[in-house]
Amino acid sequence: MNNLLNIIAGLGSSFRSKMIRLGAGTRLFFLIIIYSADSFKRIGLTIREIYFTGVLSLVIIVVSAFFVGMVLGLQGYYTLEKYGSSEAIGVLVALALVRELGPVVTALLFAGRAGTAITAEIGLMKATEQLSAMEVMAVSPIARIIAPRFWAGMISMPILATIFSMVGILGGYFIAVLVIGVDEGAFWSQMQANVDFSNDIVDGAIKSIVFGFACTIIALFEGFDAPPTAEGVSRATTRTVVISSLAVLGLDFILTSFMFV
Amino acid sequence: MSHQNILGKQYVMEELISINNLSFGYGESTLHKNINMKFSRGKVSAIMGGSGCGKTTILKLIAGQLQPKSGEIVVDGQVVHDQGREGIYNIRRKMGMLFQHGALFTDLNVFDNVAFPMREHTNLPENMIKDLVLLKLNAVGLRGAQKKMPSELSGGMSRRVALARAIALDPDIIMYDEPFAGLDPISMAVICDLIRSLNDALGATSIIVTHDVAETFSFADYIYFLADGEVAAEGSPKQLLASKLPFVRQFIHSEKDGPVPFHVDAPAYGVDLQL
Repeated sequence: MNNLLNIIAGLGSSFRSKMIRLGAGTRLFFLIIIYSADSFKRIGLTIREIYFTGVLSLVIIVVSAFFVGMVLGLQGYYTLEKYGSSEAIGVLVALALVRELGPVVTALLFAGRAGTAITAEIGLMKATEQLSAMEVMAVSPIARIIAPRFWAGMISMPILATIFSMVGILGGYFIAVLVIGVDEGAFWSQMQANVDFSNDIVDGAIKSIVFGFACTIIALFEGFDAPPTAEGVSRATTRTVVISSLAVLGLDFILTSFMFV
Repeated sequence: MSHQNILGKQYVMEELISINNLSFGYGESTLHKNINMKFSRGKVSAIMGGSGCGKTTILKLIAGQLQPKSGEIVVDGQVVHDQGREGIYNIRRKMGMLFQHGALFTDLNVFDNVAFPMREHTNLPENMIKDLVLLKLNAVGLRGAQKKMPSELSGGMSRRVALARAIALDPDIIMYDEPFAGLDPISMAVICDLIRSLNDALGATSIIVTHDVAETFSFADYIYFLADGEVAAEGSPKQLLASKLPFVRQFIHSEKDGPVPFHVDAPAYGVDLQL
């Protein structure tokens, strides 16, 4: 009986601590909104962070997108060929990328590349008392450090997802048209006819904005909340990747079930 | 802060900072019990005590980063923990703080680190900021290192850059958290000299948290000793050197045993060894 009570108490305690962290994360988000006006007075800070989180993520995004597009082209061609509709490969590649793979894979890569960098940087700034120093200088770390990174993530993520989809389509084109020899006119015209702007492209963009919000706020919160030790920063960085990835996949299912039914 | 006395004459309060009946602790624990301290204008005061006795916490309480459980901290006539965010930021604008490891912003070079408070709190044109930064860096002897990044500096140089940043806006109060920790003797002497000369040149009030006896006794005006969460002794260096209090004697003369025991509380040795 005691063991059962201990298990229930343990579960309750774990749930409670997760709710406290969720509350603290929500509070951080509202603080970011409150301090954003201060932060935008120095717009250069946000532009600098767009460079670090967005521009420096371009290489991994472009290379991954090209390979994902090529794999989609190959797999799609083998399957469609069985049904004699290999010309529809353009639609398959475009819809798969714009609706799902573009936002989801970009968000996973973004969490791994930019999210971890954000968490580690803020965690180390905390461990080396840089955030405390800022506080004592009457400068809000939320306005100076956190808000610019938040808006940089929110702006970068949809742009990166769009670039991912574009490059992925080029990867599919390279394999399907240039290597396998699918008709180029059919590839593009079927894509143009069957990819809907408001249903597919806009919904994909909404997904990437939601994922950008989730990945960025998780990375910021984990860094800001990290214990100021080497171990604390290391665990926070790991948590950023794990929680962001699970959040992206979970949110993707929820958004997809609302958008494409 | 100036006040009018009953005869209508202006006078200046002697204490810039006063800590009255302060108690503080984390959660249920108590770190400070009923502490009283006064920090006089223009003086260099030191808070000394063993590691973990809550010296740095006092600085954080003065800066309004922590809330006391009871008692009050008054800075320039204002109770710190009664202030809202704007009020606390206004009090902090009068302060400069040197952190134990400098806490320089690692993404900014030396020049930009010192310019940081000026750019955040003033609308000075960039050419004037440049002149002021060079003036501050010259005061700490590091004008030649203005383009270096913090990672290229030694511990002593980092501390001096952080000092230049702390005095960037000519603060009324300068707080130093363990300014001598991990420094070689030459850097230590340089920092000692800078603390005294900058305090006198700026007419500031300095508070140093440290456990380095020789350096602190050589230039501080007034010293508080903290032990067991209370002020165990206080006075000028001369008074404390003559003190017969066992704790003060043990601390000043670096005796390994005394009121502060060498051994942490433990069961009998034989019990641990299962003899």
